[in-house]
Amino acid sequence: MTTVAGIDAVSVSEIEAAIARFGDKYTRRVFSDGEVADSQNHPVGFATALATRFAAKEAVLKILKPDDHIPSWRMIEIRDRENGSREVVLSAYAAELAIARGVSDMSLSVSCGGGMAVAAAIGQVATSNIKTES
Amino acid sequence: MSNIDVTVRSVIDELACLTVSLSSLGDDDDLYDLGMSSHASVNVMLGLEDAFEVEFPDELLRMDTFRSVSAIRSALLALGVQEVQS
Repeated sequence: MTTVAGIDAVSVSEIEAAIARFGDKYTRRVFSDGEVADSQNHPVGFATALATRFAAKEAVLKILKPDDHIPSWRMIEIRDRENGSREVVLSAYAAELAIARGVSDMSLSVSCGGGMAVAAAIGQVATSNIKTES
Repeated sequence: MSNIDVTVRSVIDELACLTVSLSSLGDDDDLYDLGMSSHASVNVMLGLEDAFEVEFPDELLRMDTFRSVSAIRSALLALGVQEVQS
């Protein structure tokens, strides 16, 4: 097993601008119904809550390493746990990618401040990425 | 320049957040290399959908689909958008 990590940062103002420009169309294309519902009454505010989820999706994508065909953002769902932490739920092509890459046991950490949302994802991968010289 | 190119460039200018001016953007220039983030590519996709009244299906959600003006033009033609040369 090898531990792999992905990290991403998103400006909250970018999310606010997308919501203002595209409204529900934006949220429906990028976030699941559950993600939108969980973000609506979030203490950090709607746009910031969505920004942390988008950063988390991108951090997870960096672990999944799609070659070119990107899973739809809704296939990488960032759910709230009762204890306040987040969990990753993959579906459809994103789940297939995780299986193909041998990715398991992903965990997330997210934070926000200064107008930015950041997320780090850690996962276990079955294949080694250690290079050796012969 | 075709109607597609004019509108695609307008959407890119508004939403891609490139580090270069639109006037210096070549049809095959890599938009990601020129500063378009993943989130900006979402905005570009939605802007194109509004402008051309189409919806990009999941199978077109590839980095290459939105990599350049010419790649976007090809995707729009595949979605049935009619190209008219001015």
